[in-house]
Amino acid sequence: MTEFEPKIIAFCCHYCALAAADVAGKTGLQFSPNIRIIRVLCTGKIEVPHLLKAFESGADGVVVISCKFGECYFKEGNFRAQKKVERAQSLLQEAGLKPERLLFDFVPGPGAKKFVDILNGMTERVRSLGPNPSVH
Amino acid sequence: MIVAERKPFSEILSMVEDYSRILVVGCGSCVTICMAGGEEEVKILSSQLRLAFKKNKKDIEVEEAMALRQCDDEYMNNPELINKVKKADIVISMACGIGVQHATAFFNRIITDKPIKIVPGLNTTFMGANLDVGVWEERCVGCGDCVLEKTGGICPITRCAKSLLNGPCGGSSNGKCEINKETDCAWHLIIERLEALGELDRIKPIEMYKDWRPSHDGGPRKIIREDMRI
Repeated sequence: MTEFEPKIIAFCCHYCALAAADVAGKTGLQFSPNIRIIRVLCTGKIEVPHLLKAFESGADGVVVISCKFGECYFKEGNFRAQKKVERAQSLLQEAGLKPERLLFDFVPGPGAKKFVDILNGMTERVRSLGPNPSVH
Repeated sequence: MIVAERKPFSEILSMVEDYSRILVVGCGSCVTICMAGGEEEVKILSSQLRLAFKKNKKDIEVEEAMALRQCDDEYMNNPELINKVKKADIVISMACGIGVQHATAFFNRIITDKPIKIVPGLNTTFMGANLDVGVWEERCVGCGDCVLEKTGGICPITRCAKSLLNGPCGGSSNGKCEINKETDCAWHLIIERLEALGELDRIKPIEMYKDWRPSHDGGPRKIIREDMRI
């Protein structure tokens, strides 16, 4: 039997997470191939329906990676993103999905190591949770 | 505006679990502004229903639609919306109670080959003002006989827990109501406002009992403007 390989969507802020991804690439740090990155100009623009839609469309896990608090290019986008993730987590729970499938985290601009750790950690977390029960 | 909030998901689920074609219809007016039943909330509820049903291995179809105002025929008489309603086994209206009732009457009048079942997705809570982002508070109970000219623009019917016309009562303490410390005493606010306006004498005469007939106690109210009718 083949091991379950989760599909994970990572909504990444252009200003921090994407910069961290660039640094990770240049310095040879590798992250899990299970991750599909969606670049957003600011994580504050992610709406709750986007997060739910990702699960509906087959994602086993979703992670939102924004700037550190106080470092958002648009001042408060990361605070907004955190609130939306929290709301989406409770909506997922109501629908019968584990809220742990959705994660909010942040990286400082050049924080390639943390970026890679978040993605690899999320892959392991979702692998242990198993497939999205609303898809498989 | 009319302020509402979404019903708990479990309650909505129990209303629709025996059906396989569900239509979620949002309303583009008050409940969009109070973020309870607009386009985004329609998407959220539809996603939740799909996820919940698929998890339980139930094959269902959830469609989404919007009407600018569910309390007005003009905005409901849309062929695309009517077709979606025809195809659905059950409709969840994300409008206020007015919209749910009006949609039920409208679609059952327009669609004659089968009865249309419409259930509420929201609890209609009050007529209120938007005080801050994500904060609404009741401001009017629609008593049908406005007294705001006597009370400095602060409604004692709505904002006083006892709806007193001659206040404050003994439960007012440091400007707060006895029901809880977060609720302002309406009569404290009224006296402050009238004092600032130099009109404190306005509350000296005792107000007699209020005629509640224009309020809901006289049954459902109706206004007919003959000048608007042809």
